[in-house]
Amino acid sequence: MTTVAESPVNYLNAKHTVASWLLTKDHKRIGLLYLALVTLAFAIGAVYAAGIRLELTTPEGDLVSADTYNRLFTMHGVMMVFFVLIPAVPAILGNFVLPLMLGAKDVAFPKINLLSWYVFLVGMVITLGAMVTGGVDTGWTFYPPFSTQGSGSNVMLAGVGVFITGFSSILTGLNFMVTIHRMRAPGLTWFRLPLFVWALYATSLIQILGTPVVAITVLMIALERGLGLGFFDPRLGGDPVLFQHLFWFYSHPAVYIMILPPMGVISEVIACFSRKNVFGYSFVAFSSLAIAIFGFLVWAHHLFVAGISPYSAMVFSFLTYAVAIPSAVKTFNWTATLYRGAIWMKSPMIWVFGFIGLFLIGGLTGLFTAALGVDVHIHDTYFVVAHFHYIMVGGAIMGYFAGLHYWWPKITGRMYHDGLAKLAALLVFIGFNMTFFPQFILGYMGMPRRYHMYPPEWQVLNIMSTGGATVLAVGYILPGIYFMWSLYRGERAGANPWLATGLEWKTQSPPIPENFPVTPIVTEGAYEYSKREIKVA
Amino acid sequence: MLSGIPLFPEQASTMAPAVDNLYFFIVAVTAFFALLVVILVGYFAIKYRDDTGLRVGAPITGSIPLEIGWSLVPFFVAMAIFVWATVVFFQIVRPPDQTLDIYATGKRWMWRFQHIDGHREINQLHVPVNRPIKITFTSEDVLHDLYFPAFRVKADAIPGRYSSVWFTATKTGEYHLFCAEYCGTKHSGMIGTVYVMEQDAYQEWLAGGGLTGSMSARGEQLFQQLACNTCHLGDGTGRGPSLAGLFGTQVELQNGQTVLADESYLRESILNPQNRIVAGYQPLMPTFQGLVNEDGLMSLIEYVKSLPADRAAAAGAAPPAPSGGE
Repeated sequence: MTTVAESPVNYLNAKHTVASWLLTKDHKRIGLLYLALVTLAFAIGAVYAAGIRLELTTPEGDLVSADTYNRLFTMHGVMMVFFVLIPAVPAILGNFVLPLMLGAKDVAFPKINLLSWYVFLVGMVITLGAMVTGGVDTGWTFYPPFSTQGSGSNVMLAGVGVFITGFSSILTGLNFMVTIHRMRAPGLTWFRLPLFVWALYATSLIQILGTPVVAITVLMIALERGLGLGFFDPRLGGDPVLFQHLFWFYSHPAVYIMILPPMGVISEVIACFSRKNVFGYSFVAFSSLAIAIFGFLVWAHHLFVAGISPYSAMVFSFLTYAVAIPSAVKTFNWTATLYRGAIWMKSPMIWVFGFIGLFLIGGLTGLFTAALGVDVHIHDTYFVVAHFHYIMVGGAIMGYFAGLHYWWPKITGRMYHDGLAKLAALLVFIGFNMTFFPQFILGYMGMPRRYHMYPPEWQVLNIMSTGGATVLAVGYILPGIYFMWSLYRGERAGANPWLATGLEWKTQSPPIPENFPVTPIVTEGAYEYSKREIKVA
Repeated sequence: MLSGIPLFPEQASTMAPAVDNLYFFIVAVTAFFALLVVILVGYFAIKYRDDTGLRVGAPITGSIPLEIGWSLVPFFVAMAIFVWATVVFFQIVRPPDQTLDIYATGKRWMWRFQHIDGHREINQLHVPVNRPIKITFTSEDVLHDLYFPAFRVKADAIPGRYSSVWFTATKTGEYHLFCAEYCGTKHSGMIGTVYVMEQDAYQEWLAGGGLTGSMSARGEQLFQQLACNTCHLGDGTGRGPSLAGLFGTQVELQNGQTVLADESYLRESILNPQNRIVAGYQPLMPTFQGLVNEDGLMSLIEYVKSLPADRAAAAGAAPPAPSGGE
C-alpha cells in the first residue's frame, strides 16, 4: 500500500535525551508532551469524580464533609474543563496531526508552540498547588460574591492557574490559525482541506477571541478578592450578574472549543471507515464556522433564572435554537456518509458510533434547557449536569478517543489490540449511559446540582449512577493498558494501516522529524476514496 | 423502596401541567430524531458492512436538497418549541394582579419567610391552596436560588435586588423547597418544606400565636423612626412626594423617563435615592443604606403598599396622579 522508503530515523528515536523532549520544537513531540499532562489531569479529575459518586451513594453526607465535597466537585470541574476538555483534541491530536495533514514540516511558530506547552505546565502546576494547599470550593464557575468574599478557600491561586492556562490556549489557537493560512502544501486549497482542519480553524477563532475575556474576568475576581475593587459585590457597588455575563461570554463558546475538534475527528474517521467522501463536505465545513460564530451569541442562556429581563431571555433562547441547527446538520451528514459506504468496523469506528449515540442525546437535551418554560424548572439541577456531560464526556471525550485510536498507529508506529479497543468503547458507552441517564430523571424531579446531601427518595437512581461510573472507569483504564502494551508488543503499523487518504498517512509511521521526505503536492480533495483503487500492501 | 421509586415530580401547581406538557412534547420530538438517526446508522452499518476493508464506497458527495431539508425541518421544529416555551415562560415570570404576597430572605444557610400579617418562619412556608402566591425575595450575602420543584418555579436570590416567583398550589401536602444556586458549605442543607393547606386550615394556622404585628404596622413604625414622615407627607405638600396610592403606578422621573413603582423601585429609592428622582422634586433625600435591614425594607415596602390612594384624596391635596418616593 505504500511506496515510502522507510527511514530508520523517526521523530521518536531521532534523539533520546530528556532535554531533547523538554526543548523540542517538533509539533509531534509537543503533542505527546500535552498527552502526558492531559492524561495526568484526566486521572486526577477522575479521582475527584469518584469521590463525588461515592459520596452520593447515600443521601446523608457521610463519606466526606460538606466542605470536602464542595472542593471535590469544584476541582473535578476545574481539572476537566481547563486541563482536559479544552486542550485534549486541539493540543494533543491537533498538534500532532495538523502539520501532517497540511503537508507541512511543522506549525508556523514552533517555538511559540513549545512556549504554550510551558505556559500550560505552569498553569497546571499552580492550579494543582491550589488544590493540595487547601483546595478551592467555589464551583468551576467562580460565581461572586461567593468567590470574592464568601469562600475561605484557595480561590486566588486557582484563579491565577486558570488565568495563566488561558494564554496557552490563545497561543495554540494563534499558531494553528497562522499555520492553516500559511503552511498548506502546494495544491491544498481550502476546499481540499480535511474537515478536522476546518474544525481546528473554527476552534482557533474561539480560542483567540474568547479566552482573553475569561482571563480578564478571572483577573477582576482576583482584584475584588484581593484589593476590594467592587466589580461584582453589591456591597462594593458591583453587580454579581455582570460576572455571569462575562464568564459565560467565554465559557459558552468554550463548550465549542471542546466539541468542535472532536466533531472534526468524527468526520475523518467516518470517511476513512466508510471509504467515502464525507457527505456534504462544504456544509460540514461551514457548520463548524457557523457554530464558532453563533456560539458567541448565546451566553445568556446560562442566566435565564438569574434576573435578566424576560425579553432578553427570549432573544437568547431563539439564538440558542439557531446554533443547534449546524450541529444537527453535521449529524445528518455523518449519517448520510454511511449510506452506500463500505463500512469497515475497526475500533476507531466503534468509538465514532459511541460518539454519535451520546452526542445525539447531549445535543437533543439542549432543546430542553434552551426552552425557557422548561429551563426555569431544570436550571441548576442534575438535568443540566447530565446534559453537559453527554456533550463534554459523551461527545468530546468519545471523539478524542476515536481520534487517539485512529492516529495511534501513526503516532507510535504500532497497532493496539483491536478487540480490546472495541470492548473499551462498548464499556464506556454502557457505563456512561448508566452513569448519566438516571441524572436526567433526577434533575427533572428537582435534584439540585452541587448537593452534598439529598432527600432519601432519590437514592436508587444515585446508586445506579455510581454503579455506571464504575463501568465507565474500567472502560477508561482499559485503553491505558492496551496502548502501553502496543508500544512494546504491538504489530508494526506501516505507513497506512487503515488505507486512509489523508496526507498524514502518506509518510511513514512514526513520521520522520521533518514529516515528509519531499513536500507533497495535492491534486484532489481529502476523501477521494471512491476514485481510488485500494490495493493491499 | 424499589417498588416506589419516584421517577417524576409531583404536579402541585397550575404551572406544573403547563411545563410538563411542553416537556413531554420535547421528549417526543427529540426521541423521534434520536431514533431516526440511531436506526439509520445501525441499518447502514449492518447493510454496508465490509470486513475486508478493501472495497470502496459509492461516489456520493452530497445533495443540496437534502442539506436544505435537514436544515429547515429541524429549524421549524425548534421554532415550534421556542414559541411554546416562551409562552409558558411569560406565564411563569408574570404574576397575576391579585396575589397573596410573602417576603423571603436567603442567607447562608437558611430561608426566612415573612407573611404580611407578621408571621415569620424559617425553612418552612405555609400557604393556602388554590390562591396565587407571590414571593418577593433577596439575599443577605451570596447568590442563592429559591426553588419549588413541585411547582416548577425557581429564581436566583441576588444580594442588592429583588427577585420573585409566583405559583398557585393545586394540591395540599408537603413539598420540597431547595436552594438551587451553590452558596458554600451547607448549600445542600439550605432546604425546607412548603405546607400547602386548605383555606380553613390556613386560617387556623394564621390565627395561631407568635404574631409581632403585621408587616405594614412594623413598616409604619419604621417610617416614623427613620423620620420618613417628615418629608413624605400624605397630602403631597412635603419635600418628598406623597406615597399614598403610589404602589403599582407609573412614576414620572426628572430625566423624562417613567418607572413602575414596584418593590424593586421602592427598595432602590430607599437605598439609592439619587438614582431616580421623581419629576418636580429636589435630590435631597439621604441614603438609608445601613440604617435599615432587609426585613425592615420589606416592612417599609409593605407599608407603602398599604397606603390607599383615597387617603390622599381624602386629605384633599395630592392629585390622584402617580407620584413617587425619591
